[in-house]
Amino acid sequence: MSTGTGMPGTPEGTTVLGASDVARALTRIAHEIVERAKGAQDVVLLGIPTRGVTLAVRLAERLAAIDPAFDPARDVGELDVTMYRDDLRRQPTRAVGVTRLPEAGIEGKTVVLVDDVLYSGRTIRAALDAIGDLGRPRAVRLAALVDRGHRELPIRPDFVGKNLPTATSESVRVRLAEVDGEDAVVISGRAADAPGAAERGEATR
Amino acid sequence: MKHLLSTADLSKDDALLLLDTSAQMAATQSREIKKLPTLRGRTVVNLFYEDSTRTRISFETAAKRLSADVINFSAKGSSVSKGESLKDTALTLHAMGADAVVVRHWASGAPAQLAHAGWLDAAVLNAGDGTHMHPTQALLDAFTIRRHLVGLRGGGADRDGVGSDLAGLKVAIVGDVLHSRVARANVRLLHTLGAQVTLVSPPTLLPVGVEAWPCRTSYDLDATLADWQPDAVMMLRVQRERMSGGSGAFFPSPLEYTRYFGLDGRRLALLPEHAIVLHPGPMNRGLEISAEAADSDRAVIVEQVANGVAVRMAALYLLLAHTEAAHTEGTSL
Repeated sequence: MSTGTGMPGTPEGTTVLGASDVARALTRIAHEIVERAKGAQDVVLLGIPTRGVTLAVRLAERLAAIDPAFDPARDVGELDVTMYRDDLRRQPTRAVGVTRLPEAGIEGKTVVLVDDVLYSGRTIRAALDAIGDLGRPRAVRLAALVDRGHRELPIRPDFVGKNLPTATSESVRVRLAEVDGEDAVVISGRAADAPGAAERGEATR
Repeated sequence: MKHLLSTADLSKDDALLLLDTSAQMAATQSREIKKLPTLRGRTVVNLFYEDSTRTRISFETAAKRLSADVINFSAKGSSVSKGESLKDTALTLHAMGADAVVVRHWASGAPAQLAHAGWLDAAVLNAGDGTHMHPTQALLDAFTIRRHLVGLRGGGADRDGVGSDLAGLKVAIVGDVLHSRVARANVRLLHTLGAQVTLVSPPTLLPVGVEAWPCRTSYDLDATLADWQPDAVMMLRVQRERMSGGSGAFFPSPLEYTRYFGLDGRRLALLPEHAIVLHPGPMNRGLEISAEAADSDRAVIVEQVANGVAVRMAALYLLLAHTEAAHTEGTSL
């Protein structure tokens, strides 16, 4: 991670979404989910660890506020995709995470996968394979807080918090209060953030 | 970790990673579709120089549940019975492109030789060597103990006790320690995980140098059960096939052994309420364990077999999922 100039209050990089932006985006996504599914009674949220799970929990509160048929304690789960990844051989061993499904399973439900950043689409491909082994939902939808482009597979999100055009050299991090102590979406690794190149006030692209 | 050869080499962090990964693997085994695509295209060779049913089947099941291809190679009826050396067998396996070799050998140290001699570059998993080590058995014992005495008893949300060690637990290992790789593997692992171990055995079945092991010893089973109040009792099989000259060479008669060192209903009643009974199998019913003890609801012997698959899946996953190059390459997704 390069050190560079950032907006005040962030350790590094440029903050593109603040806490209130994240909150508004999640509220909008929640409404879109209910609208698309015509209610929330058969909706199941599956978060992809780590931050997808946190986002799923937050979305669940909002869904319950919109449609009381949705129970945040009952209809939220987490889906670890580690053992379905296609890049296991190219990375140091990853610890296997927890997969926890709602009591009633996902059979015949509308599953909404929740992830923080949508990038190559490979994580979602792995998640689709994992879901296929767990049951047969009526439909699978995808919600992501940030879509940064550069898809390598024919996968598109149904619900997006923010479309963020990026270069592959940049890195996008979603920071959430439960995990990182604050809510923000931060881009780093831009030209102006490169070590040595950065002076305060030097423009980012 | 490149190989899994001995529990003495495992750090506490390694051991906990193996146990925690086992818990996730166990969770996948209660699903309708138990197979995971994780090791697709990898080849696991089961190289067994000694008879074994449950360990081989357990490793085979674990590898297949992770979608690896499994080749079974047993010494009987193979080139080994024609006199092929371990080295030549290893070179053959290398030529065939084995990614992992699970080896059971009658000679202590054969897996270490296989791992370090440079004959093949596959990961080597020790499935029991002579009277030396049986790491996956010790891991599944520790996993079972942790699940029952830390997870379920703790009453928390986490039934498998993920992340916890075995600090403060007392485990008695009873029986033929001299010939037992299971005892050696368990003493090291349980010590690493913070449990206290007492070996209970007739003097003739304790090895020379046992004083140096990180455990206590006793010749008196009744006193150990009543006074020390172990949380878990692990009964070892009396390994008659390793006792030259029949069982008479180490104890006067099987009946005497049963009287002094067999676990029966009376001894079971001496144990604390929560205590569990383990046995690595296969059991000699009526010798080291009575049918009453083996079939009591304290016995977790059948569950040990199920946990064995999860532990071996974890070991295969942690040793095989990445390649060596991955540590230096570092690609990002």
